[in-house]
Parts: sequence; structure tokens; C-alpha cells
Amino acid sequence: MAAAESYPDDLKYHEEHDWARVEGEEAVLGITWFAGDALGELVHFEPPEVGSSVTRGQSYGEVESVKAVSDVVAPLSGEVLEVNQAVVDAPETVNEDPYGTGWLIRIRLSDPNEPGALLDADAYRQLLADQ
Amino acid sequence: MPETLLHTPLHDRHVELGARMVPFAGWEMPVQYAGVIEEHRAVRTDAGVFDVSHMGELEVEGPRAHEFLQSTLSNDLDRLAPGEAQYTLLTNEDGGIVDDLIVYRVGEHSYLLVVNAANRPVDYAWLKDREIAGSDVRDVSDDCALLAVQGPRAIERLGLAPAAAFTFAETSLDGIEVMVNRTGYTGEDGCELLCMSEDAVRLWDAVLERGAVPCGLGARDTLRLEVCYPLHGNDIGPDTDAISAGLGWACALDKEFEGVDVLRRVRAEGPERRLVAFVMEEKAIPRQGMPIAGGGEVTSGSHSPTLEVGIGMGYVPTAQAEPGTELTIDVRGRPRGARIVKKPIYRRED
Repeated sequence: MAAAESYPDDLKYHEEHDWARVEGEEAVLGITWFAGDALGELVHFEPPEVGSSVTRGQSYGEVESVKAVSDVVAPLSGEVLEVNQAVVDAPETVNEDPYGTGWLIRIRLSDPNEPGALLDADAYRQLLADQ
Repeated sequence: MPETLLHTPLHDRHVELGARMVPFAGWEMPVQYAGVIEEHRAVRTDAGVFDVSHMGELEVEGPRAHEFLQSTLSNDLDRLAPGEAQYTLLTNEDGGIVDDLIVYRVGEHSYLLVVNAANRPVDYAWLKDREIAGSDVRDVSDDCALLAVQGPRAIERLGLAPAAAFTFAETSLDGIEVMVNRTGYTGEDGCELLCMSEDAVRLWDAVLERGAVPCGLGARDTLRLEVCYPLHGNDIGPDTDAISAGLGWACALDKEFEGVDVLRRVRAEGPERRLVAFVMEEKAIPRQGMPIAGGGEVTSGSHSPTLEVGIGMGYVPTAQAEPGTELTIDVRGRPRGARIVKKPIYRRED
């Protein structure tokens, strides 16, 4: 079952429909409910390699539904510490629980100032409303 | 300038049902309602209904209609009695496929051709150019609506008696005059219901009332790909011949029709490349246009909701076209392994 639309207040958002949960020097990244709904049920996640680096605003992987392929844009820069194997094995997890078990990767932040530039939940909701 | 998209008589129904509407062959069509995978499964396990009113309907009538079509279409019309239908090709002088279509023999001197939406004007012009005295071609697409009701329970849900594939009958369904065609594009049992445009909404409502799940073009594509039905414009076209595409069975090479000489030669010499079906051995979803190592490219690719793996079709050199052969697909720069399988990729259990 796809989750109901939501944008948790404790997350930071990037305008390319990605979220970040900053935890000290690390962050967990994923795609928003909006992105998952727009694509439809996900059937493939092409993850980055652990140890590779991701750059804010650039693609670090791909998600695919039956009909579409989409780049996943990094909301923050850093080194990939972990890939969520549960999503690689069952990509529909992203539609079912986009902010919980449907996270995509964990990174070590390369710039502690970057999270400050991200949108809060209210600003992201406003961005969606303006589209 | 934005193109003005055509609407089928069911457009408002699709919007009311919350369908995601997309442009397709000049029409605004539902690509999905609840979701492609859910709709796909409904057709494989129960019954789904597709609005395919964008497809074209051409009538060919007259004392010489048979003679005219026999020289224009690839399959043998002599094998078709009134009440029967046949998959056939409109071919060009190079043996290329102008369109693939179903021809219905409505009467001794009367035929109905159901053609791909994108090719309707091309087909009509093609036939008009070649028309002979005593054979009249008319485009009746705007008068018709077409609903495909497909799935193992489709016939039962519609309250119809079983009938042989590729036959048809005129009847009424919940008081609506329909032509019930035992044809489809999903590999499942079912039918296609042709009605007058003004009856389309009533027929659609009646079919939904009987429990068929509304399905969009997304599921239509994954369903047809699993059973390896070619899609004109992807897998076949004016530059591909029927023999290489594996459609030789729909070509009567012992009769005369446009391009038959080329097709006879390709058959005799063997095609240089063949349209094969493949299943991914590594995690990846093949897509149209991806190169296949060693020559060739993917002509159709998707995730298979039934097999839960990437599947596709594509042309490869004949030397590497045998089932079991390993292929490498270039997935946006990443080489991913696949294996050629015997067509169809999926076959329903009878």
C-alpha cells in the first residue's frame, strides 16, 4: 500500500523532491512522497557504491517505475556510508514508507554548513503548492 | 505550439476515475488509474477494461473488396469466413510493415480493419491510393468506440458464452448494441467490444458495473510485452520486415501482395537479424533504444509485473538469436546481462 501524503517536520528538503535527516555529522537521504507518487510504484533502485562521494544538486542514483526512470539528486554532499539494501531488494518500500524503511542512503557530510541551505517542511509544502 | 489532443468519448469518465492522462499518438489517454502493476495483475488474475477507442476502424466494402484486400494485406483472406477475424499486416514494396492490424470479415463482401491509432491516416491513405473499382474504403473511426475487456474472468463477468478466439458476433450487452470480438492484446482470454460512440459511456459503465477493473495504456504495454506481441513503432515498422520480426506466420508467401518478393527472398536466404525476447539476468530494466552488445538494440523494454524482472525485445544478429544466448544490454552506460528466451516470455496456463 502506498503511504498517505506527508512531509515530516523533522526533515530537510531539496527542491528536486529529496529529503535529508541530519544526524550529527551524518545524514540519511531519500525521496519525498511527492516524488514517489509522481513516478508510481518503484520497481528498481540503482544505488551508488559505498565509499563513493555524492555532491549536492547532482544525481547519485536512479529510481525506476514501470514507465519511468528518474535521477535521484543529492540534497547534501558527502561520502556514502551505507546503501539501504531493503530498498534495492524491494523498491516499492519507498512508496510504502518514504521517510522510514524507504530511506535510500546514509552519508558522512563533507560540509556541515550545507544543511542550512535546505528547505524546511513548510517551505517544501509551499513549493509543491506553487507548482 | 502545443498540439491539440483528441479525446475519446470516455475522456470525462477517465478523469472522474482519477486517471493519469498522457499524450499518445495524438490522443489524450489514461496511462494508469490505481497503478500499472495493480492493473496488470487484475488482467492476469480476473478482468480489466481498457478504453482503446483511439484505435482506427476502416470499412472496406464492395464486390471486389476481397480481391483488393487479398492483394494488399499479408495474410490469406481466403481462410477467413464471415464471423472470423485474422491478424495481418499492411506491407510496403520493401516488405516493411506499414501497420499491423486485425481484419474482421463482416460479410461476404464487407470487412472491418482495426488499425493502430498512430497509423490511421497513413493506412487510410495507403488503401485509398490502391483502391480498385468495386471496393470502397471508408474511415469510420469517429463513429466507433472500442473497449478491450481482458482477463481469465472477463467473459464470465460480461455474461457471454465461450467462443473461439478470432471470431466475433453482434449482440447486445445490457441493452447496448455491440460487436463482440474474441481478440485482444494481453495474452489473456477476453474480448474487444465495438460500439457506436454515443453508446460508449453506457457500455463502459456497464462493464465496470460487472466488476472489470479500469486499466490504462501502461498495463496494456506490460501485458503485451510479456506475451511478446509486437508494438508498431517500437518493434516493427516500415523499415522492418515481417520475417525478421517473427511474423512470417501472418504472411501468405504463396499469394501476391505488396513486398512479397522481398519477403520470399528474406525467408529463403534467412534474415540477417531477428526480433528476440529476453529476460534480464542482472537487476536492471531495459528500455527502448538501449544498445545490445554485438549489434542491435532494445525495441521494447519494461519491468515485468508477473515475473518481477526486467524483460524486453530487440533485434540481434541471427547468429546470436537462439534462446539461451547471453546478451549484454547497455543500461545508461552500465553493462547488464540478459538471456534470450523462447517467445512468449509469459504464457497463461489453460
